[in-house]
Amino acid sequence: MTTFGKQALAGLRVLLVLTLITGILYPAAVWAVSRIEGLHANAEAVDTTLVGIDREGDQWFHTRPSAVTLPASGGSNKGELNEAYDAVVAQRRAEIAQREGVPEDQVPQDAVTASASGLDPHISDAYALVQVPRVARANGMSEDRVRELVAGNTDGRGAGFLGEPGVNVTALNRALDAAR
Amino acid sequence: MSSTAAGLLQVGFLLVALAVVYRPFGDYMARVYTGTTHSRVERAIYRTARVDPGSEQRWGTYAQAVIGFSFVGVVLLIILQRVQSVLPFDFGRGNVPPGMAFNTAISFVTNTNWQSYVPEAVMGHTVQMAGLTVQNFVSGAVGMAVAVALVRGFTRDQTDRLGNFWVDLVRGTLRILLPVATLFAIVLVATGVVMSLKSGVTVDGHTVATAPVASQEAIKELGTNGGGVLNANSAHPFENPNGWSNLVEIFLILLIPVCLTRTFGTMVGNRKQGHVLLGVMGVLWSAMLAVIWTAEANGLRPLEGKETRFGIPSSALFADTTTATSTGAVNAMHDSFTGLGGGGTLLNMLFGEMTPGGVGTGLYSILVMAIIAMFLAGLMVGRTPEYLGKKLGRREVTAAAVSILAMPTVVLIGAGIAAILPSTQGALNNPGPHGLSEILYAYASASNNNGSAFAGITVTGDWFQASLGVCMALGRFLPIIAVLCLAGSLARQKKVPVTAGTLPTTGPLFATLLTGAIVLVAALTFIPALALGPIAEALL
Repeated sequence: MTTFGKQALAGLRVLLVLTLITGILYPAAVWAVSRIEGLHANAEAVDTTLVGIDREGDQWFHTRPSAVTLPASGGSNKGELNEAYDAVVAQRRAEIAQREGVPEDQVPQDAVTASASGLDPHISDAYALVQVPRVARANGMSEDRVRELVAGNTDGRGAGFLGEPGVNVTALNRALDAAR
Repeated sequence: MSSTAAGLLQVGFLLVALAVVYRPFGDYMARVYTGTTHSRVERAIYRTARVDPGSEQRWGTYAQAVIGFSFVGVVLLIILQRVQSVLPFDFGRGNVPPGMAFNTAISFVTNTNWQSYVPEAVMGHTVQMAGLTVQNFVSGAVGMAVAVALVRGFTRDQTDRLGNFWVDLVRGTLRILLPVATLFAIVLVATGVVMSLKSGVTVDGHTVATAPVASQEAIKELGTNGGGVLNANSAHPFENPNGWSNLVEIFLILLIPVCLTRTFGTMVGNRKQGHVLLGVMGVLWSAMLAVIWTAEANGLRPLEGKETRFGIPSSALFADTTTATSTGAVNAMHDSFTGLGGGGTLLNMLFGEMTPGGVGTGLYSILVMAIIAMFLAGLMVGRTPEYLGKKLGRREVTAAAVSILAMPTVVLIGAGIAAILPSTQGALNNPGPHGLSEILYAYASASNNNGSAFAGITVTGDWFQASLGVCMALGRFLPIIAVLCLAGSLARQKKVPVTAGTLPTTGPLFATLLTGAIVLVAALTFIPALALGPIAEALL
């Protein structure tokens, strides 16, 4: 047999053994460890607040725009010189301004741009505050009470300096639902 | 705290964390590759696979082992994808179409992890774990093995033997990648990364796809692979839920490429030789971070394609790191970056993935570039160049040049043909210069085995599947063959003593030469193409 053939055959045998170790035993071990109580609050992501999915209706806080259809994930991949997309963003801005009854220049950036995952659970504090009057009105709650809920569902930076703060819309809407 | 201050603090924290592990982990890796004893598990593997761990290989045999191993990896991965419908955990996703299976198999075996498929819709958990995760490990270990073989070329004296590929492969997998990946998969689980064997989960009445993410996530970053378990990759909240997980992932990407410079210094018996390489890598990594960060902070739509929880600094840090290491994982969509910011991520790849580059590939690529730099210096002073006590003659410089020139050749020919094909127009997601950037980025990413994308481009057509597959294979194996040939030729030489005329390769002069060579080679080959794409976009 040629050297290459011999090496390839040896390679196949090594690969099969390594498949057993890294492709079956390794993920199985990590899966088993992830079941340990207390290590992970929610390894199965049941009722998770990690993802944000927009709820229709004026009584809810809205997430950022999503460029994808569930169950997939992803972004718009539109460049900043894309004029057709400028029109999409302008339309979002106009619609949100009208919905919230604020001037267009008070609509924050994150409200009109699609996130990277299409499942971003967070919005900026500014976008949450713009939505407070409408949500309060639709739910018959005081604006102060709704602002309290916003504050209670705001995630800070990790350890005070990792990432950016944001209001978790999924958690906020559930809190709102419970408070109504 | 302002966003900028928090971002700078994060960069500082990351660098301190890397500094803490640099010595112990770098030296540990040196011991892994120089040790003479085999563990019980390793002996069992060698027995089962019927390879003799005691016999050392010449460069040609080593290269054939690398290619033979990769070849069977591609075949096995194609088969797994093509029979997916009979495997468990396939969730009715069916067999992967042939063109996609071919492209994906080459992609994962070459450590590229370019993804023409949408994982949530195409890949079941069995193929993800027993196919893709396995290649996440072994393709990384192959890169490290080749790097170590090249280092042995410098350290050995008058021998034609470079070591045993199977031993290097098994040790890299079992002693380096597996323990670190296991530890950090658990850390990632603790930060909130999902680990589920179900196909999806219901959230407020909607189904969101899930997967066994944590196990693949850890090795995806540690092995500088980068293929997302889910379509949005590390932007997906299940893969990267918060600032902590984000930092851990960036740390994992840099861990091995950075510490391998220590491994190198330790193996050649002069740690300053490793420090100078690390310095050059660090300068270019930092410079490109500054470019990407500044550009993104001043964009017209700075949050388009970015997650709120990462914002600009953490997205820029991730983007710089993933493109400078041949990883290709993303926590923001590079396609929506500014002309300058997106151009920065592209240039990072076009430097040839050595700042600090992928696991192993970064070290061997920068060593090859060091040879080119010493050759240029030799031409200037009219002296036969030397590096680490070995003369750089015609054979060595030719091998180095082939290794360096393979990537630009493949990128420019591939992107050139794609740009003139009529069908390409319909595959683009953006008009004007940004459309050309999408094409250029795809071929740069494939040929450099990076795997990230200006993801708006549709690459499921036959031309892209086939041509990008070929680019990934050539971009991986041409340099590997040249590097192993170079290693063989270096190992055969007798070491030459250091004299007063030897140019020291530990000081600022050499660092400047090397940095200059990296920038110059990229500039000379790519400025025309970059001018039509990202540079034009940045100026418009």
